[in-house]
Amino acid sequence: MTSESTSDPIRVVLVDDHAMFRSGVRGELAGSDAVEIVGEAGDVDEAVTAITAQRPDVVLLDVHLPGGGGVSVMKRATSPATSYLALSVSDAAEDVIGTIRGGARGYVTKTITGPELVDAIRRVAEGDAVFSPRLAGFVLDAFAGSISVAAVDEDLDRLTEREREVMRLIARGYAYKEVAKELFISIKTVETHMSSVLRKLQLSSRHELTRWASDRHLL
Amino acid sequence: MTTTTSTSSAPDAPRSVRRASRDSQHPVIGGVAAGLARHLALPVLWVRVAFLLAVALGGLGFFLYAGLWLVLPSDSRFATAPPGLEGATRDGRRPGPIRRLTDVGPAIALAALAIGVVLMAQALLGGPAVFWPVLLGVVGLGLLWRQADEAQRERWLDSTGRIDPVRIVFGTGGWASWTRLGLGLLLIVSSLVLVLLQGGSLAAARDVTIVVLLAVAGIGLVAGPWVYRLAADLTAERAERMRTQDRADVAAHLHDSVLQTLALIQKNADDGPVVARLARAQERDLRAWLYSAETADERTVAGALRAAAAAVEDAHGIAVEVVVVGDCDHSEALLPVVQATREAITNAAKHAGVPRVDVYAEIDDAAVDVFVRDRGVGFDPDDVPADRYGVRHSIEDRMDRHGGRAEVRSTHGEGTEVRLHLPRPGNPETEGSTP
Repeated sequence: MTSESTSDPIRVVLVDDHAMFRSGVRGELAGSDAVEIVGEAGDVDEAVTAITAQRPDVVLLDVHLPGGGGVSVMKRATSPATSYLALSVSDAAEDVIGTIRGGARGYVTKTITGPELVDAIRRVAEGDAVFSPRLAGFVLDAFAGSISVAAVDEDLDRLTEREREVMRLIARGYAYKEVAKELFISIKTVETHMSSVLRKLQLSSRHELTRWASDRHLL
Repeated sequence: MTTTTSTSSAPDAPRSVRRASRDSQHPVIGGVAAGLARHLALPVLWVRVAFLLAVALGGLGFFLYAGLWLVLPSDSRFATAPPGLEGATRDGRRPGPIRRLTDVGPAIALAALAIGVVLMAQALLGGPAVFWPVLLGVVGLGLLWRQADEAQRERWLDSTGRIDPVRIVFGTGGWASWTRLGLGLLLIVSSLVLVLLQGGSLAAARDVTIVVLLAVAGIGLVAGPWVYRLAADLTAERAERMRTQDRADVAAHLHDSVLQTLALIQKNADDGPVVARLARAQERDLRAWLYSAETADERTVAGALRAAAAAVEDAHGIAVEVVVVGDCDHSEALLPVVQATREAITNAAKHAGVPRVDVYAEIDDAAVDVFVRDRGVGFDPDDVPADRYGVRHSIEDRMDRHGGRAEVRSTHGEGTEVRLHLPRPGNPETEGSTP
């Protein structure tokens, strides 16, 4: 990201198996200069091809997708600079947490408005996480409940008290800015907490696990 | 191990019929140890180690495991997710269960332990002449049995309805099942060969008898799971059929409700707010049914809060986003916090002038905390005229009376947040646990 990042639009690939929905999103995003849709895909294979060819900044990814779901796209696509934003009609906890664990930087439901979606894309492109109140609720639930990682490594599993506080405020519907104000910390710190929550959630991904194991000289 | 016996032999607790089942989600061999651990509320590692120790003590553990495997039903034969998730899973639009590397760790440790036990048993009990053939044969049979078991499970998970005989034996195929089957057969055959070689010609008749017996036992074990569970499966199948009919009824009902809503929307196409309200109510209904096990019935606190939010949503035509962490049974003592929440949402809907309200509830063992937040016009709590009872009476006083507290924070132009806190009455479990 250069200092003039506002001038060139964020390149987005849109992955959803419903053509109607794709054209709807296209229409919603057409009015915005900040976002440019450079590709579309309707299943996992098409998505992997499109992402590999285009190397977009952000992929808008449906969670339920023919060929193995959105998580398979993130596993198979090789474009390290690309961030993923899940866009789904499902708000089942296992889908949401599973997708975040698969590597998505955010999760929004399909009822989101156009401007909100543009904002979410921008935040994901800049490296932030997009946590909806609902997602924050699932995260709190997941860590309060039983994540099997807990048995393996205590200090990696727990959310710190500060992270819990941040998640609670997000779950209460606070924006990042308001969280920062409420806790007397900077927005940057809020974002740092978000990233570490994501990191903890993604512990079970292969990459994280390999690192975790090699850190402990197990490999 | 002392804890094991004390736990399993505590008969004084008033017990409902609680049947043990095998854990089919994360089995190491047959899921017996995991299922048993869940049933006895013990760490699964203890149970596994106990089985291994029992194997060392004259092979009792082995027969115990095999017997339980045969007898215990699999737990999640018909586990059902909400229909939307099931549908997506069937179409291959969701990823399957992910096997994680961490799961393998304990299995490897146990395998090492098992080899140790085997070597120890060999050292104690007898020479390799008898031991190794028997062990090979047993492991082979175990592998075959496991394959049959897995194929059986997959047959039940198969949604297409027709039963393919090859599929019955091999499941969905794949290298794992073929390897397992081949390896199992190889082990059995090599055990037979070993027996024959050792027997030589001095007791050919006895060898033949052993071979025949082993073969019969092998076939019996491979076919065993199906034969034994046929009766149980028939019952289960009947239950599943009833469930399917049930679901068809619900689907029909929902279909009607969606169609009705669409018809209403067409009629009221010019009336924006009405259309939005209808669509929102229908979306909430359908989403809850399709994707989440969440209900809006009043039996749990979370359900009651959702029901309250839904009622306000319908009455005032706004969107109420409810996020609940944790849950507990609803009771008289917790009614005030639900009612106060409803009042707070209603206030936000009426006065804030925004289309959306966030409700966050956190329910843990100690207390119920609810936050109702809007980004509306806001007000100054001190400026509210004394004759207005909404906040003071319905929220603050109500919470005070029942031992909780309410706090209203509001700023002009930035919105309002109502915070409710109600301690939960003492947990029933604490009374029951007399040492």
